[in-house]
Amino acid sequence: MLIELGHFALILAFALSLVQSVVPLVGAHKGWRGWMAVAEPTANGQLILTGFSFAALTWAFVTSDFSVRLVVTNSHTLKPMIYKISGVWGNHEGSLLLWVLILTLFGACAVWFGQNLPPRFKARVLAVQAMVSAAFFGFILFTSNPFERMALPPFDGQDLNPLLQDPGLAFHPPFLYLGYVGLSMAFSFAVAALIEGRVDAAWARWVRPWTLAAWVFLTIGIALGSWWAYYELGWGGFWFWDPVENASFMPWLISAALLHSAIVVEKREALKSWTILLAIMAFGFSLIGAFIVRSGVLTSVHAFANDPERGTYILAITGIFVGGALTLFTLRASQMQAKGVFGLVSRESALVANNVLLAVSCFVVFIGTIWPLVAEMFWDRKLSVGPPFFDAAFTPFMVVLSILLPIGAVMPWKRGSIAKAMRPLRGALVLAFAGLALAWAMQSGNSALGPVGTALAVWLVAGAASELWLRAGNRWPRLWRLPRADWGKAVAHAGLGITVFGISALTAWQAEDIRVAQIGEPFDVAGYTIRLDSVDRVEGPNYLSTMATMTVLRDGRAVAVLHPEKRVYPVAQMPTTEAAIDNGITRDVYLVIGDRQDDGGWAVRTYIKPFANWIWLGCIVMSLGGFLSLTDRRYRVAVGAGRAPAMAAPAE
Amino acid sequence: MTMRALILSLALAAVALPAAAVQPDEVLADPVLEERARELSKGLRCLVCRNESIDESNAELARDLRILVRERLVAGDSDDEVIRYLVDRYGEFVLLKPTLTGSNLVLWIAGPAMLLLAGGIAAIYLRSRRRAEEPDVDSLSDEERRRLDEILAD
Repeated sequence: MLIELGHFALILAFALSLVQSVVPLVGAHKGWRGWMAVAEPTANGQLILTGFSFAALTWAFVTSDFSVRLVVTNSHTLKPMIYKISGVWGNHEGSLLLWVLILTLFGACAVWFGQNLPPRFKARVLAVQAMVSAAFFGFILFTSNPFERMALPPFDGQDLNPLLQDPGLAFHPPFLYLGYVGLSMAFSFAVAALIEGRVDAAWARWVRPWTLAAWVFLTIGIALGSWWAYYELGWGGFWFWDPVENASFMPWLISAALLHSAIVVEKREALKSWTILLAIMAFGFSLIGAFIVRSGVLTSVHAFANDPERGTYILAITGIFVGGALTLFTLRASQMQAKGVFGLVSRESALVANNVLLAVSCFVVFIGTIWPLVAEMFWDRKLSVGPPFFDAAFTPFMVVLSILLPIGAVMPWKRGSIAKAMRPLRGALVLAFAGLALAWAMQSGNSALGPVGTALAVWLVAGAASELWLRAGNRWPRLWRLPRADWGKAVAHAGLGITVFGISALTAWQAEDIRVAQIGEPFDVAGYTIRLDSVDRVEGPNYLSTMATMTVLRDGRAVAVLHPEKRVYPVAQMPTTEAAIDNGITRDVYLVIGDRQDDGGWAVRTYIKPFANWIWLGCIVMSLGGFLSLTDRRYRVAVGAGRAPAMAAPAE
Repeated sequence: MTMRALILSLALAAVALPAAAVQPDEVLADPVLEERARELSKGLRCLVCRNESIDESNAELARDLRILVRERLVAGDSDDEVIRYLVDRYGEFVLLKPTLTGSNLVLWIAGPAMLLLAGGIAAIYLRSRRRAEEPDVDSLSDEERRRLDEILAD
């Protein structure tokens, strides 16, 4: 019964979204206040109904209701509770329900925090947002109903893919969706502004917090996915340039560009039409990402079946929204006149350079991702585009970006000079070269990657610190009174530096050892001694494990005892590798146990991964920077709350 | 692993099978040759896998290819000869780094060309901003003025 109610609630929410797509828009056009105001209850109603629908599905998973087809194919009574819950979005239908839930959540947030928006503009924003949610309600109801029942409920379920039964991956999709879908707000604001025909500093100020929030969530989501790949896939790779990964990376790059160009609109009333275009593209890439992931067209060109119906539907959604918005854009772009005047060397120009680099690097990722499809369609060439291409084609953009970033960050608005901008950065520059020399001297090989990466990282982090110091007028007490936005900017930029260091150090200096280890016989890898103590059979809640006990020694002292595992999930009939990792600040010791050999030994793989954790530490720091900026009172989503007497904010 | 489970795993993240990758019995005694084999393997696709190199994959075919690469190297082939050998047998699909031939030139040139184009447009725009007239401040409408006051009041 609850399941049918959940389904029904979803249909009602669909109906509400259709009402909200039309009525407020007509109201805004005609100036009818009552019609415009319809958007608020409908947006809240959509959230409540979709929330109920999601809760009903979650309840079915939690109680293992095997009369629901989705529960049968993705759950099992023995599965730990956290994975019963994460199983809700561990599949196409359920994840789509999560997607629309977040979509309606953002719509409702626009109502709650948008009290200071002009009513006409707000009505248009909410109408566009409702069009997006209507499209996805239609998608889920017509092609991917999660509430389908089984005629004959089986005794037990088929279990969730064991690779997905993992804490890192349980929370990866929700964050990613908060990011993808958060960009729909930027899209709605952009389209509403195009309908109104005006883009000004106020618009940029409204749209920026939403974009920033979406970008922060995307950063966390991507980092979680990468961290999961690192410890779960059994050899410590953290990024594969896989189409599905690229699908999340492209919106990240474009939203990062959007964040920066919106600053120019806000402060200087320039780059308006470009910013609108970025807002459209950012959500467009989210939709393209959804298409890539859910249609299986790119991931499955040669290996797997795909689902043409779903793919076609998402392609249609993408085409209608992006195409429609771009048409509107070409009609209205000429009305958006830039006001700010600035010299060739200025903060504005630096931010334009940032946008060029981020947008073109996103284009490179995009063309690399779709190239196998293009080559097969037009030239009948079956080819692959893998990590070697992306490493070669994408990395230069990030190098140039990292070099320019600290200079651009200290550059004054309107007119500056490079010599003047470099003055506060002299210390950072010296440190960067010191880092280069140190890394070069310490490493054994001749690879440039490690030293250059180190230098860029030091340059970014020290550059961010120098910028704060400059803004504080070289005085300590003023440092703490700087606006949160200044801190957020510096912290996020430093976070990028930390990630750059982690990636280049890990890539350049990793040590690897593959061997057959006999129980009790120690071996040496890059300064560590590893000893295989024993291998046991262990039974888990829903799996069987071959668990090794291994001791890691350094200079004869035990550093860690690790338990790498090989698991078999009998229900899903799938083996997984559980690497054991001793996390450290300067290195991870990463152990993997393989098969038993004929001579009684075990295949063992040892990796010493220098500074691996810095990759994700940098991502955390970047998101922290984003959060700091979000809490700046100037960017408070509810700007104007202080002016509305009814909503007097507590003293800060 | 069922087809459905595969598709579902695709729906969530970049998922590869747990990699066992290079096995101890495959490793060549000569460390220089082995290093070359590893480098080559990283650029060769496991044909039955999703976007995995044969160096990372634990599929049977990947193992066969790794052993094949090592056999060719031991037989004295140069890196290019090994790659040519594999492309002759399996087609260019096996290469994770597309060649610089024919239509693939578009792929390789697209990035730099786009950078030039975008840089050019940006330069023209920046020059136009430098020459632009500072707009007449009095041209703000009353409503714009009100909004501006609100913003400045923050």
